[in-house]
Amino acid sequence: MVRVVATVRLVHVSKVFGEGADPVTAVDDVSIDIADHEFMILLGPSGCGKSTLLRMVAGLEDVTSGDLFIGDRRVNDVPPKLRDVAMVFQNYALYPHKTVQRNIEFPLKVRGVDKTARAAEATRAAEVLGLGDYLKRKPGQLSGGQRQRVALARAIVRKPAVFLMDEPLSNLDAKLRGDTRAELVDLHRRLDSTFIYVTHDQVEAMTMGSRVAVMNKGRVEQVGTPRDVYDQPASVFVAQFIGTPPMNMLPDGLLGREGQVVGVRPEHLRPVADGPLHGTVRQVEHLGHEALLIADNESGLRFTARTAPSHDLPLPGEAVSFDADERHLHRFDTATGERVR
Amino acid sequence: MRRRLRDVPMALVMLLPSMVLLGLWTVYPLVRSIGYGHQTCDAVGEKCVDLGWDQYVHVFRSNQFQDALVVSIKLGLMTVPAGLLLGIGLAVLADKHLRGIGFFRTAFSSTVATSVAVASLVWLVLLQPEIGVLSDLFSGWIPKLKDPGLLRDPSTALPAVALSSVWAGLGFTFIVITAGLQSVPRELYESAYVDGASSWRRFTNVTLPMLTPQLLFVTIVLTTRALQTYAEVALLTDGGPEPEKSTTTIPYLIYGDNSFIQNNLGLKSAAAVLLFVLSLIFAIVQFRSFERRVQYGR
Repeated sequence: MVRVVATVRLVHVSKVFGEGADPVTAVDDVSIDIADHEFMILLGPSGCGKSTLLRMVAGLEDVTSGDLFIGDRRVNDVPPKLRDVAMVFQNYALYPHKTVQRNIEFPLKVRGVDKTARAAEATRAAEVLGLGDYLKRKPGQLSGGQRQRVALARAIVRKPAVFLMDEPLSNLDAKLRGDTRAELVDLHRRLDSTFIYVTHDQVEAMTMGSRVAVMNKGRVEQVGTPRDVYDQPASVFVAQFIGTPPMNMLPDGLLGREGQVVGVRPEHLRPVADGPLHGTVRQVEHLGHEALLIADNESGLRFTARTAPSHDLPLPGEAVSFDADERHLHRFDTATGERVR
Repeated sequence: MRRRLRDVPMALVMLLPSMVLLGLWTVYPLVRSIGYGHQTCDAVGEKCVDLGWDQYVHVFRSNQFQDALVVSIKLGLMTVPAGLLLGIGLAVLADKHLRGIGFFRTAFSSTVATSVAVASLVWLVLLQPEIGVLSDLFSGWIPKLKDPGLLRDPSTALPAVALSSVWAGLGFTFIVITAGLQSVPRELYESAYVDGASSWRRFTNVTLPMLTPQLLFVTIVLTTRALQTYAEVALLTDGGPEPEKSTTTIPYLIYGDNSFIQNNLGLKSAAAVLLFVLSLIFAIVQFRSFERRVQYGR
């Protein structure tokens, strides 16, 4: 079988909801090139436009302006069924009245695949996701994790060129989410498809994505590998959105130059006797493998330092002071919030 | 278990208002009717003879009851499928996000606030052979609209009553189905759409299965209503046209001015109790037949 090259290219794509006096721009002039077989994560807070962008790729929303390409084909006006995409929804969107088998078969049935062939395909997809024993059950009789896998099986049974996933793990508990993350990465490796995955969870973004597009207020702030967006954040927004606890942002003058905000990650703050950054400890969080010191300086600026766990950490109320190596400082323009090279 | 027993008095107190109302207005009249159904009295209702359950058998086997039963069932066969199809069709249309759809939603649901008496009068005027609008407009295609008039022709009187009945019940069906449609998760449609399902397939694979609780409810209510049709018949045809009495339903047999058992309380009561039993059987059969296909969960 000839494999379809599944690049996805967004060129100055915008989406405006509503007309007249009060239009809302959900996606604002976004351009991203997603390579064939890439696992691209769209990451951002609620309402940043990431789901709208995904829905435009699916064909569930019209593109207000700009061009959307899947492979070499401009698909702005192509209906979803001809785009060769499959989508997994946050709430799984399983048909409650159909058995697992019929749910998985549905996309094939729609395409007129005969009964025997689609039963075989559905069984194969179910086996891949460990659902072999549940084919005769209905979604209501399955756990959240199993339902999620049925949704994935229904997507892979079509062998689409592009998989679209809209926060598919957000309804699972923490343990199951961790396991399923690994399964999804494995699935991506086995399938010859491009994945576009929407999430607000930076852990998912950092652990699964080949690249991450960080979005804010309808715009893409940065596209890069997980390492890139962590080590070289392109803006104050990215710097603070990625990383837990977030990067400390120190205003003009503190460790920096005039007109610049300086960012420094908690793990890069070094305790020194008389450093440029000093304050009073407010709280010490012992997390087992590390500890977080949360302190305020004299002007009320709160900052966090990450240290190794120890019995002689400073106590709340004690004075502390820190410094950081020049190579660990991230400088941003105060006015634009953009990174200063 | 002990805790449950302790809750019984409070549960009874809370149920009391409903139990009193149900007892007073439903159970007591039903029990009295069953009792009356055993008796046959003279015209003034003084000399009564107790015929026991034989009277029920006698009423059920009588030609008049059998004819009325056939009319009631025919009416049900005309009104229930038509009412369901129209209700679903209009609800699906009105569920679209179109400009000015609110007006149509109000229009489609308006008959819920229209009494059967008013609805029947509207249709009486519309179908009136001499001055009725429908008679004027369509008599070229359907000559019976003018001569003798749909309500006066034995072969068209029942369909005409059914027409009025469907129209009067449409608001109810529309509202129930619309409420059902609005509770169907949008993602189910979107998922089917991305998978390539046509709008007809989305309707048959998503909409209809998700509406099964509403469809079962509406079917049972419409069937019971059809079996209980009285006002339309009384106002539009008076059970006629004579002599076929082609619109004499069981309720009309019980209450109607032209009914031959008009003055016999015993026969009327027996017929009423039989109607109750028949309605119950219809409801149970429908419930049992469709219950397994009904999708309650999401």
